[in-house]
Amino acid sequence: MSTILKMKNITKIFPGVRALDNVCLDFEEGEVHAIVGENGAGKSTLIKILTGAHVPTDGKMEIYGKEYSHFTPHEAMELGISAIYQEFILVPYLTVAENIFFGREQTKGGFLSKAEMNKKTRELCLEMGVEVDPKAKVMDLGVAYQQIVEIVKAVSQNAKILVMDEPSAPLTTNEIDAMFNVVRKLKSKGVTILYISHRLEEIFEICDRVSIMRDGQYITTAKTNEIAKKEIIAHMVGRELGETFPGGAGSTDEIILEADGLCTRKINDVSFKLKKGEILGFGGLVGAGRTETANALFGIDSLDKGHIKVNGKLLKVRSPKHAIQNGIGLIPEDRKKHGLILSMQVKENITFSILGKIKRWIFVDTKEEMRISEKLQSDLSIKTPTLKQKTRNLSGGNQQKVVIAKWLATKCDVLIFDEPTRGIDVGAKQEIYHLMHELTKDGKSIIMISSEMPELIGMSDRIIIMYEGHINGELCAGEYSQERILELASGQEFGGLGA
Amino acid sequence: MKRKFNVGDFLSKYAIVLVLIALFVFFWIASDTFLSRMNVFNIFKQVAVVGIVSVGMTMVLLTAGIDLSVGSIIGVACVLTSVLLVSGMNAGLAILITLVVCAALGMLNAFFINQLKIPPLITTLGMMTTLRGVAYLITGGMPIFGFDSAILVLGKGMVFDVIPVPMIIMIVIFILGWLFLDKTRFGRHIYGVGGNEEATRLSGINVKKVKYIVYSISGFLSGLAGIVLLARINSGTPKAGDGYEMDVITAVVLGGVSISGGEGKIGFVIIGVMFMGVLTNGMIMLNVQEYVQWVIKGFALLAAVSFDRVVQNRKAKVA
Repeated sequence: MSTILKMKNITKIFPGVRALDNVCLDFEEGEVHAIVGENGAGKSTLIKILTGAHVPTDGKMEIYGKEYSHFTPHEAMELGISAIYQEFILVPYLTVAENIFFGREQTKGGFLSKAEMNKKTRELCLEMGVEVDPKAKVMDLGVAYQQIVEIVKAVSQNAKILVMDEPSAPLTTNEIDAMFNVVRKLKSKGVTILYISHRLEEIFEICDRVSIMRDGQYITTAKTNEIAKKEIIAHMVGRELGETFPGGAGSTDEIILEADGLCTRKINDVSFKLKKGEILGFGGLVGAGRTETANALFGIDSLDKGHIKVNGKLLKVRSPKHAIQNGIGLIPEDRKKHGLILSMQVKENITFSILGKIKRWIFVDTKEEMRISEKLQSDLSIKTPTLKQKTRNLSGGNQQKVVIAKWLATKCDVLIFDEPTRGIDVGAKQEIYHLMHELTKDGKSIIMISSEMPELIGMSDRIIIMYEGHINGELCAGEYSQERILELASGQEFGGLGA
Repeated sequence: MKRKFNVGDFLSKYAIVLVLIALFVFFWIASDTFLSRMNVFNIFKQVAVVGIVSVGMTMVLLTAGIDLSVGSIIGVACVLTSVLLVSGMNAGLAILITLVVCAALGMLNAFFINQLKIPPLITTLGMMTTLRGVAYLITGGMPIFGFDSAILVLGKGMVFDVIPVPMIIMIVIFILGWLFLDKTRFGRHIYGVGGNEEATRLSGINVKKVKYIVYSISGFLSGLAGIVLLARINSGTPKAGDGYEMDVITAVVLGGVSISGGEGKIGFVIIGVMFMGVLTNGMIMLNVQEYVQWVIKGFALLAAVSFDRVVQNRKAKVA
């Protein structure tokens, strides 16, 4: 086997973040090469550099013996690099054949030659060992078949290197087996596959080699038959918990919120209790149902089954409005999209949910508004020239504080933090952590969804770990280690350690 | 932290004021009669209809919506009031019924937008044609004359012999609109829906209710404008208000209200309205051919929208 692609000292710096740091990787022709790492390890950035979506800050790539400082998206395609993302890039209203030949339609005398395209599509699919009706509309296909269409499309473009980003995530067990067969077919045709997955079992089943990344750095590469799962996990987490976390207030035994058997379209039988003054961490992989649990509590997704009690009182949450009235606040993951109105002033954002309470006759009581905003500004030390500043002009950390201020203004007792420090610089992170502890000392209770292991371990009084829509385990203070959390998050049964 | 004075920011904020002044000076020089007392009052009388409607349109655009049906609602209001008056109904009652009907028509717009999730552009486009048809059907295509002259004071009346009543109505509506948008929580909610609808919903605000209110206000004010127009032209014609949506939207966008919603101040909208009034009137005074007027007005809208896009894109880069 010969080396097809070499990444040499690739570094990618985003403002404030070193997403990739001196990464060196080799890929061999016709191998299935797994790339693993925690959220934020740099896998997505790596893919984007390969497909030409990002330009590396430094480093070189060598393909077929030729050196490049970066690829344009067009070059990447010409060189035979394709990627299959978690979100498929297909046109749902077109047929399978039309999608596969999208942008490269076969014509005869200026007209589309549908019969020809359908025939070629059928042949390509049969080569992969699957049968798909070329005339079926993509929107009518199941996820597994849509994925096949993506793969066939890549193959028809002469893909030599195929990046697959979490390909098994949307599939059932049987479908995964079928997908593996396709991968083996591709491999036998000499296609190199970069297989990105959180599910370590799969990697042992389908991959030849595995490379491990952590915090933007390349750690090591090993043959899958020469490395144990425990070793992989150890490499993935292998950092010291560098950041310091303020000591917690310690929770009381008083139960403030109780979720019992919550079921929505995305989660299944989620039950837990939140104590007053507690920070309850929610760990798990992206898509494990943590945000969806928050959505159920906050009335965004409607409950199919189960109930929520706040302070022992049964609660029917039909909309965010009800949740807020019952003292629940949500600090969403994407604060720009869901948390703030960037075109509004800081003070207007802070008081947005309590305008009904600060009125004088029918008008907003602007003096009261200013008083409340100034108080929260100094409590949370929000840095802004004036409270009349448009929120879009604030830094990420300060924007996050404005969202928190908004919920503190509603005087809610339960705060759900979804990825509280995403996209926030280190200094501001520490401030947010301190703030969260101050809040629990004031008797607020916090549900914290976090994909950052140090944060989860450092901040939580208890950690619930979710996997594929249900709770897969709960760890109390003193019980948790990064390895244990990662094992539960990647689907191992509770108690089933050492597997 | 002290903010530096930025020429670019100043210009982008007050551009419309400068352009209005320039336009004014241009017509003053180009036409002998433009600045006559008579004509200035004429301008104020003429802008009143567009001005009243533009307050409602401002609210609609702030929610990132649009209302193309305003011109046709003016037409419906015009003929409905005439029919009621000719039937011998008390003028006050006729006006009240018309306003309620027009508010309900606005609410119907919001029904399609909220309940059936039809984009505002399409919903109100459909309503625009439908209601124009209704206006013609009510009168059988003919204008209606000969009703109680009590109503004419709304269109032709003067206070202290100098200030036209339509202008007073317009100013009152602008003040109410300003109080509503800038001083009440409903106003904040309107800005919120346009700025970030999802974040607004997640802040516990009933977004649908906001839209019902906004489109109803737009319908109501179009009705009021229709009555003022009727009182001025003294004839219930089904053609009334034809094409006004164009003038109104141009005025509002010229006044700095973003077509993507969430940003804009009603104080500047009145400048946009004056601009459209001065432009229309000045072109007539200079005997500009009607087709040329269309070209210029259409271009004014495109220029205003392009300017808005440039400003918004620049902000998006900052954020």
